[in-house]
Amino acid sequence: MASYNLKINGKAMQVEAEPNTPMLWVLRDNLDMVGTKFGCGIAQCGACTVHLDGTAIRSCSLPVAAVGNRSITTIEGLSETGDHPVQKAWLEEDVPQCGYCQAGQIMNAAALLNGNPNPTDEDIDIAMKGNLCRCGTYTRIKKAIKKAAASQTKA
Amino acid sequence: MTVIKTKFGRRSFLKTSAAAGGGLMISFSWLASCTPGQTKEEVMAMPKEWFELNGFIKIGENGLVTIMSPNPEIGQNIKTSMPMIVAEELDVDWDNVVVEQAPLNTEIFKRQLAGGSQSIRQGWNSLRSAGAAGRHVLRQAAAEAWQVPVEEVTTKAGTLIHEASSKKAGYGEFASAASKFTAPEEVTLKDKSDFSIIGTSRRNVDGKKIVTGQPLFGLDYQPEGTLIAMAIHAPAFGLKLKSFDAEQAKSMPGIKDVFSVDTYPEGIEKQWSDTSAFSELVVVVGNSTWQVIQAKKAVVVEWEATEAFENIDDSTSKHKEALLKRSTQPGEVQREDGDTDAAFKRASKIVERTYSAPFLAHNTMEPMNFYANVTAEKADLVGPIQTPEYLEMTLSERLGLSLDKIDIQMTRMGGGFGRRLYGHFAVEAAVISQKVQSPIKLVYTREDDMTQGCYRPAYHVTYKAGLDDNNNLIAFHIKAGGIPSSPLFANRFPAGAVDNYKAESWELDTNISVGAWRAPRSNFIAGAEQSFLDEVAEAAGKDPIDFRLELFDKAISNPVGENNDYDAERYAGVLKLVREKANWGSSNAATHRGVAAYYCHNSYVAQVLDMEMEGGKPKIKTVHSAVDCGIVVNPIAATNMMEGGVIDGLGHALYSALTFNEGSPEKNNFGAYRLIRMDEAPENQEVSFVENDIDPTGLGEPPLPPVIGALANALYKATGKRHYHQPFMEKSFSLG
Repeated sequence: MASYNLKINGKAMQVEAEPNTPMLWVLRDNLDMVGTKFGCGIAQCGACTVHLDGTAIRSCSLPVAAVGNRSITTIEGLSETGDHPVQKAWLEEDVPQCGYCQAGQIMNAAALLNGNPNPTDEDIDIAMKGNLCRCGTYTRIKKAIKKAAASQTKA
Repeated sequence: MTVIKTKFGRRSFLKTSAAAGGGLMISFSWLASCTPGQTKEEVMAMPKEWFELNGFIKIGENGLVTIMSPNPEIGQNIKTSMPMIVAEELDVDWDNVVVEQAPLNTEIFKRQLAGGSQSIRQGWNSLRSAGAAGRHVLRQAAAEAWQVPVEEVTTKAGTLIHEASSKKAGYGEFASAASKFTAPEEVTLKDKSDFSIIGTSRRNVDGKKIVTGQPLFGLDYQPEGTLIAMAIHAPAFGLKLKSFDAEQAKSMPGIKDVFSVDTYPEGIEKQWSDTSAFSELVVVVGNSTWQVIQAKKAVVVEWEATEAFENIDDSTSKHKEALLKRSTQPGEVQREDGDTDAAFKRASKIVERTYSAPFLAHNTMEPMNFYANVTAEKADLVGPIQTPEYLEMTLSERLGLSLDKIDIQMTRMGGGFGRRLYGHFAVEAAVISQKVQSPIKLVYTREDDMTQGCYRPAYHVTYKAGLDDNNNLIAFHIKAGGIPSSPLFANRFPAGAVDNYKAESWELDTNISVGAWRAPRSNFIAGAEQSFLDEVAEAAGKDPIDFRLELFDKAISNPVGENNDYDAERYAGVLKLVREKANWGSSNAATHRGVAAYYCHNSYVAQVLDMEMEGGKPKIKTVHSAVDCGIVVNPIAATNMMEGGVIDGLGHALYSALTFNEGSPEKNNFGAYRLIRMDEAPENQEVSFVENDIDPTGLGEPPLPPVIGALANALYKATGKRHYHQPFMEKSFSLG
C-alpha cells in the first residue's frame, strides 16, 4: 500500500492503494465514485473513460501511481449540476437505453468537443469508435454530439 | 369507454404496506427518478407524507405522485413507459410524477419479469386499471366531502372537479381520504382518443442520473462493509473442479478467504432460469475489487472432465462438420401441408440454400454481479436480474429460508439481451455470503462473463423452394437445427401461404450451456428466411416486395392449414409502409437496397437497408424501419428501441462469433470478440409506425431479426455475392 494525493474534480483527495491499482477501481472502491464504469478492464470498451488533464483516457488501464500531479475529471465532475452541453444534448436526444456505457460516451464526447468544437461525421466516428454501446445507441450519440457542438458554437 | 374488472384480489390491491416498507431499504435516490429536463425549481418539493392508493400509486399531500414501475429495467425503457400508462388513467400531470422501481412482490404485481418483449403487452390492462382505480377512489373521496354524486366528479391532470358547484381540488388534498376507500371491483378506462400521455414522447426518467453518473446499476451498489467476491469457473465446458491450491492467494493483501462452493448441489430443485454449466466454483473474497482480481490469478486450480465431456469435442471445426452431417439426415417433421415431394417433382425451378450462424455471447456492458447479505434469519439481495420471481424460489430452496425471508431489490440493468434471465450469479452471491457470513458483492470480470455460457445456440438451416412455370411458389421445405436447439418456428410465414409446405427440426447435443439471446431463434431464422426469399423472388423474376405481398395475399384470401402464427394483413401492412417511406423503386445507381420483414414477439417489422460502395467497401447509409406494435406508448423510446435493435442485429450478423476449442471459448474480451462500433453503424435511420388502436405489443426484440435479411440482400446487390454464413464479414473484408 502507498498513499497518493490526487486531484479529482477540482478537489484534493488522498487514497491508500497498491501502486498498480487502476484509477477505475480507486474511483469506485476507494472513493465511492461509481459513475465511472467497469466494462472490460483492457481499454477496449471505453466505459471507464475519464479526463486526465482534459484528455479522454481509459481509467481501467491507468495505474494510480502514474497519475502524479495531473488532474482527473470524472462524470460526477463534468459539470456541477449536470448541465454540460453534452449532458444536456444527451437528455434532449434521449440517448440512453440501458445507460451503462453512457458516462464513458459522454466523457469521450466532451473531450472531443474540447479539441474540435465542430467535428464532422468522420471526426465523430474516429473519436467515438473506442466506446462500445451494446444497446446500439450510436445513431443518437452522433445526433447528440452534433447538437452539443451547435449549442456551444451559438453560446 | 371500456369497463374492466380490476383483476386484483382485494387483499393484494389494497393497503399494501409491504410494498412501501419492510424488507431492505435502499436510500430514496436509488429507487426514485424524476422526469428529466426539469430544473430543481420546477420539480415539486417532496411531500411530508405519502398516501398509498394502491400498490402502484402513492400521492403526497401536495399532489406529487409516485408511480411504481413493476418490471425490471434492462434498457427497454419500461421504467418510463409502464408508469406512463398508470399516469394516463390516473389522469395526472406527468411533470408531477416520480417513478420508483417496485420491489419484488408478486401479490401486487403480475409477471415481474423482463423477457419476450412482454412487459408492455402483458402489463397494459393491469397498469391501466391500477391508474383508473386510483382515480376512482380520489373521486369517491371528493364526492363524499362535497356531498355530491361520485358520477359528477370529473378530473383533469391531477385536479378533481365538480362543475355544477364550481368546486375544485388537487389530488393531494384528497389523497389521505382516498387512501381509506376500498378498491373498486371494476373501473372505467379512458377512451383511447382521450389519451394525453400515452402516445406522447416522454424522456427516460433515469436520464438525469445516467448522464451525471449517479449510482443506478447493480455494480454501483456497495454499502459500507461489503466484501468483494469473485469466482473462478472451469476454463472449458465439460470440466469440473478437481482440486485447488490457494496458499499464495490467501496471503495476498486484502484477501479474506479462498474456498470452493457448489451452487446447485444434487437434489436442489432448480427453476428454468437456473441454467449454469459451472456449479462448482473457486471463490476469492477480499476487501477491494483490484485485490481480488490479483489474488484470483494466483489460485492454482486443477480441473477434470465430466463424463459427458469424453463423448463430445466441442470445437468449432467439429461443430461445423457435425451440423452439416446431421442436416443431411431426416429431422422431426413439425408441420406438413399438401405433398411437398410431389410438388418439387413438378416444379420447373428449384432453389436450395443453406445458412448458418455461430454461438454468440450476450456481452451486456455491465458484467454479471449481485449483492447478497445472507444470515440465518433472512436474505437480502440487490442487483440486476430479469427473473426475480424465479430467483426468489431458487434462493428459498438453496438457502433453506421461506420466501418471506427473502428480499430482492431490482437495480437498473446495464443490458440484458436475455443473459440476466439466468440468475445463477445471484444464487452464487447468496451462497458465498452465507458461507463467509458477511455482505458480499459478487463481481464477474469481462473474461468471467464472456466464458461463462448461456450463449445463443449455433444454428443451421436448409431451405428449398419450388416454382412452377408461372413462377408461383408451389413448394417450400425448411429443415432447421442447431447445437443444442433448433431455430424452427413451424407455423410462421411462409407457412399458410404455400400449398405444399414441410418443416423439419433436429438438434445436436453439447456441453456448452445456452439460453435466450435477444429474439431467440428469430435472431437467426429471420435473416436466413428473408435472405432466401430474396433469392427465390429473383429466380421468379419478381420484385422482392411484390413477391412477398403475393404470398401474404394468398395467406389472407386462402390460407393453407391452421395455426398460422401471424396476421398476414398486419405483416403486409409494414411492408407497404416501408415501401412508401423508403420510396422503394426509385432509381439511384449508387444505392443498393435490401428489404426484409418479420413477425415475432407479437410485433411486425419491415426494413429497407440502403448501402453504397465507398472506396470498394460497402457502407450502410440508411435503414428505414416500419413497425406495427399497436398503440405506441412512448414514441421517442420506441424509436430508440428500433434504432438500437437495428444496430444490434447488423453488428452481430456482420462481426460477432464465439468459437471454441475443445470446450473452451476462444474469445474472452472485446479485443478478440468483435462488436459493432460507431463508424460501422448506419449513417441514418428512419423509423415509421403503423397507426392503429390495437393494444400495444413490445419492441425489445422485434427490430433485430429482419434487419439481418435486409443487410444480406443489400450486400448481394452491392457486391454481387450472397452471404449465407454469419458473421458475414471475414477478416479481409470490412465495411467502408
